[in-house]
Amino acid sequence: MKVADHAQRAKEFNKDEKRVDWHDETLWFIRQKRDRASHNIPQWEELRNTASQIKNHTLSNLHHYLQEFERNAQANGVTIHWAANAEEHNNIILKLLQERNISQMVKSKSMLTEECHLNDFLGDHGIEVIDSDLGERIVQLAKEPPSHIVLPCIHKKKEEIGELFHEHLGTPKGSADPQLLTEAARQSLRNVFLTRKAALTGVNFAIAETGEFVVCTNEGNADMGVHLADIHIASMGIEKLIPQRRHLGLFLRLLTRSATGQPITTYSSHFAKPAKGKAMHIILVDNGRSRQLGRPDFRASLKCIRCSACFNTCPVYRRSGGHSYNAVIAGPIGSILSPNFDMKKHADLPFASTLCGSCSNVCPVKIDIHDQLYKWRQVIVQEGYADPKKTVAMQVMAKTLASPTMYRIAGKAARTTLKYAPFVVNNKLNAWYLHRDMPEVPKSSFGEWYSKNRKNND
Amino acid sequence: MKVALFIPCYVDQFFPNAAIATLQLLEKYGCDVTYPKNQTCCGQPMANSGYAHLTGGCDRNFVDNFKGFDYIVAPSGSCVLHVKDHLHDERFPEEAAKIRATTYELVTFLTDVLKVESFDASFPHKVGIHQSCHGLRGLKLAQMSELTAAPFSKPVHLLNMVSGIELIDLGRVDECCGFGGTFCVAEEAVSVKMGKDRVADHTLHGAEYITGVDMSCLMHMEGLLHRDNSAVKVIHIAEILNGGVR
Repeated sequence: MKVADHAQRAKEFNKDEKRVDWHDETLWFIRQKRDRASHNIPQWEELRNTASQIKNHTLSNLHHYLQEFERNAQANGVTIHWAANAEEHNNIILKLLQERNISQMVKSKSMLTEECHLNDFLGDHGIEVIDSDLGERIVQLAKEPPSHIVLPCIHKKKEEIGELFHEHLGTPKGSADPQLLTEAARQSLRNVFLTRKAALTGVNFAIAETGEFVVCTNEGNADMGVHLADIHIASMGIEKLIPQRRHLGLFLRLLTRSATGQPITTYSSHFAKPAKGKAMHIILVDNGRSRQLGRPDFRASLKCIRCSACFNTCPVYRRSGGHSYNAVIAGPIGSILSPNFDMKKHADLPFASTLCGSCSNVCPVKIDIHDQLYKWRQVIVQEGYADPKKTVAMQVMAKTLASPTMYRIAGKAARTTLKYAPFVVNNKLNAWYLHRDMPEVPKSSFGEWYSKNRKNND
Repeated sequence: MKVALFIPCYVDQFFPNAAIATLQLLEKYGCDVTYPKNQTCCGQPMANSGYAHLTGGCDRNFVDNFKGFDYIVAPSGSCVLHVKDHLHDERFPEEAAKIRATTYELVTFLTDVLKVESFDASFPHKVGIHQSCHGLRGLKLAQMSELTAAPFSKPVHLLNMVSGIELIDLGRVDECCGFGGTFCVAEEAVSVKMGKDRVADHTLHGAEYITGVDMSCLMHMEGLLHRDNSAVKVIHIAEILNGGVR
């Protein structure tokens, strides 16, 4: 059995109720911004439908679009690498850096490199990586993983960031002024940008038709890193493709409105070919994606454009925090992606949901997230990753509920117990009772009432 | 119109008043109602926990009890959604398909099939509506706040016909209460926090009663209200529509 699961970590997070309220309200505020931005576009639902269909089409023809992308990128002077897994991805980067005697790299936000644990890998080989996205930089300084894919340090209050910056960047002790802290980060990163010879970025969209790719940032940090470096390495999952340049506008309209409620990111940077005398490399990474593509029930999860709208709307995520998921990608989408990587480790995640369905409704590419959570639950139980005690309880329950006689006996017993021996139920072993009273016991069940009052219907 | 009354197991055992109100409402509007007496549970507790493969017995018992009716009506969105999405019976596949198609949650049955235009009911109280997720996002009882689409609400449409009732506005119109079936005990901390927040939204906006189509969500919130010695009560929508005076 696992040491801790989502429920236990969420319980820890809930020990500080004020913090839970703050976390919930901060993210709900972003959900509201998303609502205003999307409700302002009358054809929003049509945009979602179209985006969903384009992604479905692309996934169904991925082999074709990957090859088209490779051809066109190569024609632009870009070097293409293929990585079957995280290890290959990391080694390709290590080799590119070692060939050039580079021991320091600046990186803009990339969840894929988190997935591949690139920073640790390069660190072990003596290469220092600095994350240039402000939120990523903050969690990097704190030696923590991001708790949110768009707002990596959303779990941290500004006072905590002030402490961290005091320690690492020399800001005045006790200062939590966002402007001052941002300026300190900016000054420190400016030096990083100026001195790094290699820059790595993620990829938001890659266009098969042209071999270009687009990186969306609000801070311009991707451009700063890339333009000052000799080599630009872009890591992308193979699902990031869209067929044609004309499809891009649709996705750019959806992405940031869904993410933060902005009409568009401050920078949508298009990269097509290396500048004169510089090198551009793209690594196409599978790392389990083709396996997920082969699961009919779960392949639609690969449509994800990493907007995080499902995080912000999720009532469980908002009240349990990103770290409670213990996964590179938390939240509802992480709960359907992670079991593909490691079903045993992430067996708890599909159960960290009430199946309320809000995630599927905000998803800009219409992934059936809550239906996939339900389906993952079935797979996890079938594959033997459920708690054996739960399995026994479920078997007893299924047997009782399948038999009208046993059901009546059990129901009567439950009501009698609650009425005459409530202490059997009302104690701390009953998770319901910790903070909730049990329902009052009625005089009779409806079935018993019906027998007395509607005799003619027997 | 031959209607079978489907009373979810926990409603049968703990909330007979909601079931009685449902029966009486259907009778009032001329339905020939039968309560198949050997019904138990739709199987949702097992299925949502990942044990759909153990629900065959419940499915077969459900089909045995509910085949041969024009409609099946239940005072629950969640159980109805489960039946509509997941009921299967290899012995009677056609009957199972017909049951999936003709099973209705009470409010939808009143608005879409019976097309009720008035109620002889009075409920002079401030009432907050809890939109249970399976009723809302599963059965589309009202417009969902996430979508860019025209608003509507079947429960509001019906409750507006009750005299004296005052429906309150909420800060978050359709956030989940955190019940979630076995989630309520498996993820106790988050479930309770979600419930507390939902209840607070209602009480801060002056609710005397919280109503809804799913007794399960209401039971969860009632447990919290009761523990807190709150004067706010929960009541199933069927009880309000069936006369409602308290």
